[in-house]
Amino acid sequence: MIRIEPRDAPSRLLTIGVPIMSAVIALGLAAVPLAFAGANILDAYTQMYIGIFGSVFAFTEMLTRATPLIFTGLAATMAFRAKLWNIGAEGQLYLGAMAAVMVGTGLIDAPSIVLIPLILIAGAVAGAAGMAGPAYLKVRFGADEVVTTLLLNFVILIFLQMMLEGPLKDPMGLGWPQSAPIVDAAILPQLLPRMRLHAGLIIALLATLVAQIMLSQSVWGFKLRAVGENAAAALHAGIGVKRTLMGAAVVSGALAGLAGVSEVAGLRGYLTADLSPGFGFTGIVVAMLAGLSPIGVVISAVFIASVFVGADTMSRAMGVSSFLADLVVALSLISVLIGGFIARYRVSRVKTEAT
Amino acid sequence: MDILQILISDSFWAAALRIATPLIFGVLGALICEKSGVLNLGIEGIFVAGAMTGWMAVWLGTGLWGGLVVAALSGASLGLLHAILTVPLGLSQHVSGLGITMLATSLSSFAYRTALPQVSSPPRITPFQPLDLPILSDLPFLGPVLFQQTAMTWLAIFMVGLVWWVLERTPLGMAIRAVGDNPDAADAQGLSVYGLRIGAIMAGSALMALGGAFLTMSAFDAFFFGMVNGRGWICIALVIFASWRPGKALFGAILFGAFDAFQVRLQTEVGAFVPSQVFLMAPYVLSIIALVVVARRADYPRALLKPWFKGQRG
Repeated sequence: MIRIEPRDAPSRLLTIGVPIMSAVIALGLAAVPLAFAGANILDAYTQMYIGIFGSVFAFTEMLTRATPLIFTGLAATMAFRAKLWNIGAEGQLYLGAMAAVMVGTGLIDAPSIVLIPLILIAGAVAGAAGMAGPAYLKVRFGADEVVTTLLLNFVILIFLQMMLEGPLKDPMGLGWPQSAPIVDAAILPQLLPRMRLHAGLIIALLATLVAQIMLSQSVWGFKLRAVGENAAAALHAGIGVKRTLMGAAVVSGALAGLAGVSEVAGLRGYLTADLSPGFGFTGIVVAMLAGLSPIGVVISAVFIASVFVGADTMSRAMGVSSFLADLVVALSLISVLIGGFIARYRVSRVKTEAT
Repeated sequence: MDILQILISDSFWAAALRIATPLIFGVLGALICEKSGVLNLGIEGIFVAGAMTGWMAVWLGTGLWGGLVVAALSGASLGLLHAILTVPLGLSQHVSGLGITMLATSLSSFAYRTALPQVSSPPRITPFQPLDLPILSDLPFLGPVLFQQTAMTWLAIFMVGLVWWVLERTPLGMAIRAVGDNPDAADAQGLSVYGLRIGAIMAGSALMALGGAFLTMSAFDAFFFGMVNGRGWICIALVIFASWRPGKALFGAILFGAFDAFQVRLQTEVGAFVPSQVFLMAPYVLSIIALVVVARRADYPRALLKPWFKGQRG
């Protein structure tokens, strides 16, 4: 008979080794669909490598793609640590982007030093409000936040389309459903000349640092982790569980909102309904690969971004569908889940005596 | 045409039942999984997989019923993966389910693109046709509403009865409910908690895939990206709304279908004054409101979301 027992504490080696192994396994498993698609597997991986490390431009493109994933990865991390299932980061991202566009397209005339912080705050507040709603419905009425946040994604996306055809529509946009451009003073500066990499990355790294300190050093972070590990015990210990959950929701939503600001003010310059190819959902994978550690989020965001950018190049060069990237992302999530099990439990065979 | 006329027209109720059909499959599937104690957020992806594999099987020549079998099998295999992750391994049901959704969606899209690399519009199949029954199909009102639906709608309604009968009236159903309510007690009675949960998740996932297959094999005649469009998530909300009862699930799905059919018709009436998006949003908003209203009263299976390991009393 097989016995499953929890390990006392997962070793440091396993904590770090499991996500790395999961990523490698997911990439390796991608060889199967590649073979089905009739591609030369070695060539395919070579093309992916070139797509990431082939040039400075390729590398900065990868970092540009990692930027929103750091934000949404942090958003998932902060919520999941409290066992608050925020599956609505995609919608909160768009709320943040909409707020940035409302403030940043000419409403206020101010220098960058004022305007950039202003759109960041506006986006964070909008994203936070987008998650505070479902969290309130959870603590007040017991409505499952998984379902409410999932459904709100659709509501927000349709609302965005309405805004882009109405109040937010660019009068000079030749009838396309897109917003007016962000004014120059509100654009996040580029980090390197002639590259698309922008200051959103710096903000994402700062946010990571703040999130890490809040989570591991502050009383707030202690409460949040306590609620996540055992809500009943936390309540018994006098921690305001509802208040803590609301706090986690606000921080998580704000981070997702910042992803939207960063994309719209750092990369695109205007808002369309296809701003995010699922960054909100991919953020969940980023967070899980990172073992819900903010610092780890940066590393796993870089990995996932590499998969996307590399698969794009590979797809163009070899005619293999770029859906391969989504497949690798999904496989990473499942591998890291299984890996997490191996890290947390010991599986042993025990002899059972006949009764 | 005023509102009353819409509500008494046969085309309106026929549309309501048609819209409800995939949701009936999905909500029954989710209900079976949850009755055994396991949430299956793989539903959205399993819908996509069922839609893709069923349609592609028909396109490759299996026939319509063969296509349904293929769709159900693809759903069951995805269900098996979710079951392995969440039952013997006891991993997070939320994360595993989302992983299944991502895997199923990307696998379906990748397979579709690999099989049909260059097409701009997918090849069409001959889908299930409306029934043409002697006398019944010609009845006023009831004819168009009930007897001119496709065979899949009737299959869905039949499944409501079957699922109700199995869950409420058979020893197997009692066993499934027992492992979803109190796995320790079920185990003590000699029931296999693992086996029952794995079986329930596979059966439920097969039903979800049939809901997806309805989209490509009855409602439309081809596969498109994004055609599932949150229907799976709505089913997860409907299960709570239905308080885990098959009969109420049927009622909830038809109510949702009626509301959706109504908003489309209302849109043509007042579309000039109200943006169309207000109506598109309505079904999702309604689901959220319904969830908030019933949340406190919902009769959750008591062991839902709680992993259970053999030999460890929780």
